[in-house]
Amino acid sequence: MTANLQFDQIRLPPECEALREDVRAFLAEEIAAGTFDPYRPGHGDSHSREFSRRVGAKGWIGMTWPKKYGGRERSFLERYVVTEEFRVANAPVRLHFVADRQSGPVLLKYAPEHVKQDILPRICRGELCFVIGMSEPNSGSDLFAANTKATKVDGGFRINGSKIWTSNAHIADYMLGLFRTSAPTKENRRHGLTQFLVDMKTPGITVNPIYQMSGQHDFNEVVFDDAFVPDDHVLGEIDGAWKQATSELAYERSGPERFLETFYVMLELIRALGPEPDLRGAEGLGRLVAQLHTLRRMSVSVAGMLRAGKEPVVEGSLVKDLGTIWEQKLPHRVRELTAFVAPETGNRETLDEQLAFATMIAPKLTIQGGTTEILRGIIARGLGLR
Amino acid sequence: MAEGSDNLVADAAARIFADLADPQIVNRAKDGGWKAPLWTALTEAGLPLAWVPDALGGSGATIHDGFAVLGVAGRHALAVPLAETLLAGWLLARAGIAAPATAMTVAPVRLHDRVTLRADGTLGGSAAAVPFAVEAEHVAVLADSANGPVVALVATRDCRLTPRHGIADDGGATIAFDGVTPLKHAPTTIDRDALMLTGSVARALQTAGALEAILTMSVAYANERVAFERKIGKFQAVQQNLARLAGEVAAALAVSGSAADALAQAGEIDDAVFLEAASAKIRCAEAAQEGAAIAHQVFGAIGFTKEHVLHRFTLRMLAWRDDFGNESHWAAELGRRVAARGADDFWPLVASR
Repeated sequence: MTANLQFDQIRLPPECEALREDVRAFLAEEIAAGTFDPYRPGHGDSHSREFSRRVGAKGWIGMTWPKKYGGRERSFLERYVVTEEFRVANAPVRLHFVADRQSGPVLLKYAPEHVKQDILPRICRGELCFVIGMSEPNSGSDLFAANTKATKVDGGFRINGSKIWTSNAHIADYMLGLFRTSAPTKENRRHGLTQFLVDMKTPGITVNPIYQMSGQHDFNEVVFDDAFVPDDHVLGEIDGAWKQATSELAYERSGPERFLETFYVMLELIRALGPEPDLRGAEGLGRLVAQLHTLRRMSVSVAGMLRAGKEPVVEGSLVKDLGTIWEQKLPHRVRELTAFVAPETGNRETLDEQLAFATMIAPKLTIQGGTTEILRGIIARGLGLR
Repeated sequence: MAEGSDNLVADAAARIFADLADPQIVNRAKDGGWKAPLWTALTEAGLPLAWVPDALGGSGATIHDGFAVLGVAGRHALAVPLAETLLAGWLLARAGIAAPATAMTVAPVRLHDRVTLRADGTLGGSAAAVPFAVEAEHVAVLADSANGPVVALVATRDCRLTPRHGIADDGGATIAFDGVTPLKHAPTTIDRDALMLTGSVARALQTAGALEAILTMSVAYANERVAFERKIGKFQAVQQNLARLAGEVAAALAVSGSAADALAQAGEIDDAVFLEAASAKIRCAEAAQEGAAIAHQVFGAIGFTKEHVLHRFTLRMLAWRDDFGNESHWAAELGRRVAARGADDFWPLVASR
């Protein structure tokens, strides 16, 4: 196999631009109403039950899903527009975003019909928060080392063990978790894991907060002590979860959220440099703009190729690798470029506050959702090196 | 490398390059004897004058087709003035001047060079580092005149050339135009930015093609070369480097393809088209620099030899950074435009693409 990377020239169709205007108008109203502050990322909650319900009412959660499950059957490119506009505005999407991006599509594919009918419409209405239960204290990037057990009992399974770094578990309604139902085999160390839907209100589940170095509370430890999960909450094949990952990963990795999480820093840089920047500022800004434009064109291209039924697995991983490395450096680059901007510049206080926050969260960008090293392993495999 | 595409013109070019411009054979050639048959075949396929309408002596292909050919040319590290003749033909055609059926180049390619058409009908000024100047029979010149910009068709033999050996040995020279009477000249609506940005996108596409080729070569080599009793491609450090190279290739392909598409559709160069074209030159120049370093690292000493083809790709990519405005220039211009629009108009600009 030889390297043959492809980036189709996808332009967002006209219906996307009409939708974009609707989304911007909605966000402007929310900002005016004080729901969130687009300039102060470290302040206030990054989730809001009321906000998510209003987004759901607009039809912007699960918008690509079948109508019979509450979806709107709109295109992935339309979802792309909604995602990027929300991200750029720094809107509090935390509550519904994981369900919209990852959990819903998994349920659509693997959940029994009555479970889909029960849960998917509630996700679409913005009522449900989902978490991903993958990592464990001794199993991070090495997913198949997971050891939290699901033991078969009458009518279901009993779960014992713990998951860690579980973002949003303290506000979550459901978890999509990966649990061990059999030992791995000699031939296949990936064998023996099963995907489950877990109601977070189940007795025997404890959520312990883990505070981050940025001061935020985002992730948690989730401890399972004989927590019961019914048979109809098994998702897909027992012991065969490894077969179920997946084209969803390409969506997860290539989305605009992979390089727009701290976009506010770009805007504050432009404000700090002013309308007539000096040569150093202008060149530095121009390079960042060119790099960002490139990332976005790559990301849109992958979204379009996925929609067309292609499987740009390597291209999707490349978007996340380049995007997260770029965004990780962004606050440092902006700091350098604004080093000689007069201290009395109008937005200095806002800029400094944003830079502090973006700098503190920067290390996580290349860890969450697949580390740089794992991504590059996937890319190397795609290139034919493994 | 992509076998077959959705572009017939690019496919035709790929077949000709495979037959007559194989980088290995070209690299081993003792002289330039391979050039004439290659150029004849390209001419017979109508490729050098693809951007010239039938009525002016060309083959009237679309802008899109010509750009697609340049990506393929980059994959072969093509060492004949195909990109330059395409640009020259386009420049002449936009001024209504018929293109001669010869190899051409285009000037100026450096931002600070100014050529003027004087009232007495002769040219003044010079253009530095014009690629293929010593091989091209004609040069299409964008010059200033008292009545606005003009395009002049000049015979290179009428000019004084000072050969300049740059990073890539592609027959570059400084051309002194002082006192030279053009064969033809006509007013044009193409301004310097339009020429420089179109040339920049051409270079970006060539760079992306060259990067594709060096990624394929590097992966193949890593899968062959054994050290410490393993193929070097099995070492994680090498895999990580090649994954980074793939990232640079991906960025270059995406942004150059996007810019080519934007220019092919564009009526005028507004901020959005400027963003596309300038970004392509900036990001592809960065990718050239990163990508060349990684490929050379993978190949080790053998890749540093004259005998090996790698330098045909890497040195051209690095040289192309300087043609039609370097990445620092375009970054400063792009930064100024974005700053002048202001923060509130930044995201709408990015999202419009």
